[in-house]
Amino acid sequence: MQPSLLRIVISEGEMMTEWVKVCRKSELPDDSGVGALVHGHQIALFYQAELDRVFAIDNHDPVMDANVICHGIIGDLKGQWVVASPLLKQHYNLETGQCLEKSELRLRVWPVRVCQDQIEVQWAGA
Amino acid sequence: MSKAKLIVVGNGMVGHQYLQTLADQGGLDHYEVTVISGEPRVAYDRVHLSEFFTGRSAAELSMVAPDQYENWGLNVVLADPVTAIDRGSKSVALRSSAELRYDALVLATGSYPFVPPVPGHDREHCLVYRTIEDLEAIMASAQGAKTGVVVGGGLLGLEAAKALRDLGLETHVVEFAPRLMAVQLDDAGGALLRSKIESLGVRVHTCKNTQVIEDGEQSRHRMVFTDGEVLETDLILFSAGIRPQDALARQSSLELGERGGIAINNQCQTSDPAIYAIGECALWNRQIFGLVAPGYQMAKVAVSHLLGGEDSFTGADMSTKLKLLGVDVASIGDAHGRSAGSRSYVYLNERTEVYKKIVVDAEGKHLLGAILVGDAEDYGTLLQYALNGIELPKNPEGLILPVSEGGKPAGLGVAALPATAAICSCHGVCKGDIVAALDAGCVDVGGVKAATKAATGCGGCSALLTQVVNHELASRGVEVSKDICEHFPYSRQELFTLVRYDQIKTFNELISRHGKGHGCDICKPAVASILASCWNEHVLKKPHRGLQDTNDRFLANMQKNGTYSVVPRIPGGEITPEKLIVIGQVAKKYELYTKITGGQRIDLFGARLEDLPAIWGELIDAGFETGQAYGKSVRTVKSCVGSTWCRYGVQDSVKLALDIENRYKGLRSPHKLKFAVSGCTRECAEAQSKDIGVIATEHGWNLYVCGNGGMKPRHADLFATDLDTETLIRYIDRILMFYVKTADRLQRTSVWLDNMEGGLEYLQQVIIEDSLGLGAELESHMASVVDTFECEWKATLNDPEKLKRFRPFINSAEKDSGIVMVEERGQLRPATQAEKGELIPLAKVG
Ligand code: SRM
Ligand SMILES: Cc1cc2nc3c(=O)[nH]c(=O)nc-3n(C[C@H](O)[C@H](O)[C@H](O)COP(=O)(O)OP(=O)(O)OC[C@H]3O[C@@H](n4cnc5c(N)ncnc54)[C@H](O)[C@@H]3O)c2cc1C
Ligand code: SF4
Ligand code: FES
Repeated sequence: MQPSLLRIVISEGEMMTEWVKVCRKSELPDDSGVGALVHGHQIALFYQAELDRVFAIDNHDPVMDANVICHGIIGDLKGQWVVASPLLKQHYNLETGQCLEKSELRLRVWPVRVCQDQIEVQWAGA
Repeated sequence: MSKAKLIVVGNGMVGHQYLQTLADQGGLDHYEVTVISGEPRVAYDRVHLSEFFTGRSAAELSMVAPDQYENWGLNVVLADPVTAIDRGSKSVALRSSAELRYDALVLATGSYPFVPPVPGHDREHCLVYRTIEDLEAIMASAQGAKTGVVVGGGLLGLEAAKALRDLGLETHVVEFAPRLMAVQLDDAGGALLRSKIESLGVRVHTCKNTQVIEDGEQSRHRMVFTDGEVLETDLILFSAGIRPQDALARQSSLELGERGGIAINNQCQTSDPAIYAIGECALWNRQIFGLVAPGYQMAKVAVSHLLGGEDSFTGADMSTKLKLLGVDVASIGDAHGRSAGSRSYVYLNERTEVYKKIVVDAEGKHLLGAILVGDAEDYGTLLQYALNGIELPKNPEGLILPVSEGGKPAGLGVAALPATAAICSCHGVCKGDIVAALDAGCVDVGGVKAATKAATGCGGCSALLTQVVNHELASRGVEVSKDICEHFPYSRQELFTLVRYDQIKTFNELISRHGKGHGCDICKPAVASILASCWNEHVLKKPHRGLQDTNDRFLANMQKNGTYSVVPRIPGGEITPEKLIVIGQVAKKYELYTKITGGQRIDLFGARLEDLPAIWGELIDAGFETGQAYGKSVRTVKSCVGSTWCRYGVQDSVKLALDIENRYKGLRSPHKLKFAVSGCTRECAEAQSKDIGVIATEHGWNLYVCGNGGMKPRHADLFATDLDTETLIRYIDRILMFYVKTADRLQRTSVWLDNMEGGLEYLQQVIIEDSLGLGAELESHMASVVDTFECEWKATLNDPEKLKRFRPFINSAEKDSGIVMVEERGQLRPATQAEKGELIPLAKVG
């Protein structure tokens, strides 16, 4: 059963994308992450309080094959926003998904916007 | 052109150094080399041989990287000693009867332990201390032995005594001379060393001459001394000196010394110019050198001569600094003041058990020798004065007097050392070599070590090396960085001070005042731990939550598949049947894998995030508390059953373990802390491998500190003996808080102590004598942590805000479908990736 998500469908060129409402911003804890389900896919949402910024990145840790990224610590390393996987501590760039330690690894990231306290993630298919 | 043939007999430390030097200098291009070892293995670090007893394996002691000799193209013969040299035909015969021809021959046969020929010396369980095989024999013999005797109270004898004591034997040292370490120490130094060693539980008998060893009544042997006294023992270790292994030279009529040793000239050639002798078997200027550094110098000289170089051997310094049974002892140069006209200055403090003596020349200008017992911190400085002929200050006694009595800190200042000052005598590295290594691009101590080999021999010079490197780096304007990460230009210790003295309560406050950027997974948990140590607020309180490492965030250890483990505290390992049943019921209900841990408690694995609160609710209702297995905090206090049940127990170790665990259970620290309490000297709780170990005695408790299992095991050091419970707790309070305040991030107490300048003795001064005047503050800080303890899980269950976090998805009540379990041996465990592939068809949703 999917939660009551409101779907707004926008066409962007050829690709069908939509902004999916996920939760209220006020529900997000400061400077840490939560897991969320978007069309059955696990994503990790992080709220950086000082910049008032929300990131959305894949929740699946490809190294350990476990859905745990949302439990990692966020921070900045040499000017990049990163999250550290809680299991073996690889760092992933929150804006690009690129792994800093292993160049072959890259997590999916999604654009996020906030409309009247609603967090919306731009979804372009699984 | 075929290569000339070189044979090296003996592959000990010096034989190996010879080969290494030869390879480094390109000698392998000119010689086909055969190395013949009498032992069943290639060279290993004999200097650190005793570490074999503390868990260093033969492989770790090896000085030869795997395949190194093969890669160099050497012919290697093991366990097949040379039995004869035929100088006429230039060949050697092996025990296996093979014969090998040589153009040049190097004897590096070392020495063998001297065993006094008393009747009975060859009985079973009469052993020596020289090779790995000897140590294996000692370990085997110690099984089933209660008492051990070391014959010989010299350097090696005392090291052997430590080994026997560590093996749990009642240990005696029997010395022929009237004092210990007769060669290096004078009467006063020897007496002090004796009293220190006896206080560690080793019995010392001087002026004892063994007449016969015969069957014992209670033990395997009885030693009868010429004065009529007897001593019963199960194991005898002879350490009565070494003799040069010169049998081959004798057989082939090379020139020998009167009392043995293969005579060599300044080029390390024997009386036959085609044969060299180096290391402990060689006799130069009627002297044998029983240390590794002179042997290394000989190796260098012999290679140089073989390859047409000019080096020559001109004698070597025999100064030594050692830790014997935990007691620092050092001797430099003319320690006995035998030089004509020399004068000596002596400082003796019987309370702190420190003895220092310096010997200066008639003019009082130069240092000739020194003896240090109990505190050898001045060794490096004094050695530099002696070796480099640096002029002494007007009142040389100031060098050994404590500051409070008119002395100055002996720090000569590494800046004052000339470029020729020898820093590492094992590898002949002088200050100039270190400066050159830094010029060539080395940036830290590790780099300089790798480039120059300094401090990779006996290790005695490592403190001095670090000082020189840091000084040189500083003078080049290079900061030696101890910064915790890019966000804070401070070490953990400095951050701790900032937090405590500026009364900082949150990470954001700290980073905005003292750091830059936004933090990372290094500094956030470190600061969280400091905040917790200082203010003891709940780790999930809002501003702290995002700082916590995963395990702290959900108060449970995350497992490889994203599930969590649950470890309730079981203080001292004592548990009622009722509580055991509850654990079983909870495990069954939530389908948790259960295992008895190595810390005497029970771990429940495989809990889903969303089930954690319910699981803990049931456990807390049954009277359990969090075990904080997830935190850098107090883990377990292991106990043995003690005097309540055990026929040997002398104190109630379970009660003390419970008291200790309950006292310190909430404490957050730089790394985890483990304790143990044993009820008697049999030590079933393994207290000597813990951060804090307590062993019961007839009169109270012996306190051991800074032990470690894990990656790099370290035996705990005996800190204080026969304490009453109140004093014991006071010392532990102080030690733990001092550690919390001063240790680095993720630094166990073992590494903390090893890095502490002044080591154990300094720690004893700070804690026992309160030398820094910190005692009261440390205690009151600990009292506030003890008073504010709360079970983190109980507090979490009472707080709906915190509980909200225990769900996998913010927008759904679904469970994480990525967690897949399979059954094994009647319990559930995480499915492997392959199993997952078989179990769930990869259907995509959405
Ligand atoms: C469960 C247990 C193994 C077992 O099945 O018996 C265990 C399990 C873990 N140990 Fe351990 N250690 C366990 C006893 C030990 C012991 C034995 C002891 O305490 O007597 C040691 C050696 C003693 C020591 O620490 O000095 C030990 C040395 C380590 C180390 C190495 C520490 C070191 O200084 O080298 C680590 C790694 C670390 O902490 O950085 C570690 C880390 C871990 C971690 C936390 C690794 C991790 O981050 O996932 C494991 C997680 C447990 C969990 O999820 O609940 N564990 N670990 C034991 C739990 C004891 C308990 O009741 O709390
Ligand atoms: C426990 C202990 C602690 C020590 N601590 C220190 C210290 O702190 N500082 C210090 O400077 N020194 C110390 N020493 C002394 C140091 O180990 C020696 O000075 C050093 O090992 C000498 O090296 P070597 O190569 O001359 O002799 P060895 O290391 O003894 O090697 C000689 C080798 O030659 C082999 N051999 C002998 N005869 C034959 C033959 N006929 N055919 C083939 N092979 C043969 C032997 O089996 C042996 O393997 C310590 C020694 C011991 C035992
Ligand atoms: S030894 Fe390694 S694998 Fe075993 S429990 Fe400890 S940390 Fe885990
Ligand atoms: S003096 Fe022995 S390692 Fe440097």
